[in-house]
Amino acid sequence: MEESFDHAHVVTSSDSATSTQNEMTAQIEALHRAYREGVAAGARVEDKPRIDFAPYRSSVLRHPTKDLRHADPETIELTSPAFGTRDVHPLEADLTIQHGGEPIGERMIVTGRVVDGSGRPLAGQLVEIWQANASGRYVHKRDQHPAPLDPNFSGVGRCLTDADGNYSFTTIRPGPYPWKNHHNAWRPAHIHFSLFGTAFTQRLVTQMYFPGDPLFPLDPIYQAIVDEDARRRLVATYDHDVTRHEWCTGYRWDIVLSGRGRTLFENDLGADHDDDHENGDHR
Amino acid sequence: MTATPDLTPTPGQTVGPFFGFALPYERGGQLVDQAHPGAVRLYGTVLDGHGDPVPDALLEIWQADEDGNVSTETGSLVRDGWTFTGFGRAAVDNVGRYTFTTVEPGPTREGGARFIHVCVFARGLLDKLHTRVYLPEADQPEGALAHDRLLASLPEAERATLLATRDGQGGLSFDIRLQGEGETVFLDVEER
Ligand SMILES: [Fe+2]
Repeated sequence: MEESFDHAHVVTSSDSATSTQNEMTAQIEALHRAYREGVAAGARVEDKPRIDFAPYRSSVLRHPTKDLRHADPETIELTSPAFGTRDVHPLEADLTIQHGGEPIGERMIVTGRVVDGSGRPLAGQLVEIWQANASGRYVHKRDQHPAPLDPNFSGVGRCLTDADGNYSFTTIRPGPYPWKNHHNAWRPAHIHFSLFGTAFTQRLVTQMYFPGDPLFPLDPIYQAIVDEDARRRLVATYDHDVTRHEWCTGYRWDIVLSGRGRTLFENDLGADHDDDHENGDHR
Repeated sequence: MTATPDLTPTPGQTVGPFFGFALPYERGGQLVDQAHPGAVRLYGTVLDGHGDPVPDALLEIWQADEDGNVSTETGSLVRDGWTFTGFGRAAVDNVGRYTFTTVEPGPTREGGARFIHVCVFARGLLDKLHTRVYLPEADQPEGALAHDRLLASLPEAERATLLATRDGQGGLSFDIRLQGEGETVFLDVEER
């Protein structure tokens, strides 16, 4: 129920409430078609979401219009805050045991590996998640979706990655939920993720989706990633090896943070040098 | 690892409207106690392309300590009031205003400019944004701003968007304009 508390923007996007899903989908498809034609003509592949993506109404006044300015990262930007067992209790990785009883919904494990752009596992990394409950309702005062809250589910979890960069959460599958981007707008089910990396420049906040969601083509947020391969990187895969006998289903979702990170930068200058040689010197 | 792992970075997505019950935490914006002798207030407003406040943004800062050292201490999420971790997180209030209590970072290298790194998230913002809050000229090492490669590369009006202003109470004021008149310079700081 995004716009319900934000009157300033209800005014600026007054056409949104009356836009139909078909109009919205047509806008999305036109932008995607233009992107594909551009790539076919030699334009670069876009691995990131567009920050200027008009079908997501709230983005219209909230995206910078100037290109990002390149800055050589300084010391502080090549490092990242440290989080440890002091910050995170192991039980925070289980979202189904935070209250007196069992939450309603499909219990599941979501697990995966966090690596940097050179494939190195990132150990001891803080992973934070938040999500709606099985009915598609958030524990948030501004969420007015008339679906039930679950007294046994808050939808907030944290963990630290293990020595091999693996994270694992036990939770329940979130439901899709309506929002006010346009008439009859629904978000595909998703879990919000937050990660840090070894350099603050790697900071990532994103959303994980579930395979085969019929709402994908209709969702301006997911579709703001105009490249199909890039979109697919946000979709978990069902993994029967993660599924537990008579207990819960399992999903796997691996995460790649940008860049090579501090460890390689400081300690592996030889490898770094080879790398530069292969890719050309772009300093 | 499998033979050809896909190492393209995972794309970002908006933090959305409903992070408030998950990401902010107690004393998240207090890198030091207000009673700390070097404590300074860093505050400002996040504004959209119409100049209206953005009431659902989240800011994170990451900075060196007063001597320019980068903290490797854990404990940002469970402030003990004594450990400087260098990391802060604060959601804006209903009128788009944020506040951090911190110290003014020293230069991380001899003669380098003193700045705080900022990461911006908001509903409507499809990916995070990075920027820097430079301390005012008067608090910089001699010539540091003039020699700063980023600032030197910017036209005056854009350069000004990255400089904090000292207020009458000694606080540092820094507004973030996501779009339009006085749009803040946002950075691509990824390693090349
Ligand atoms: Fe959400």
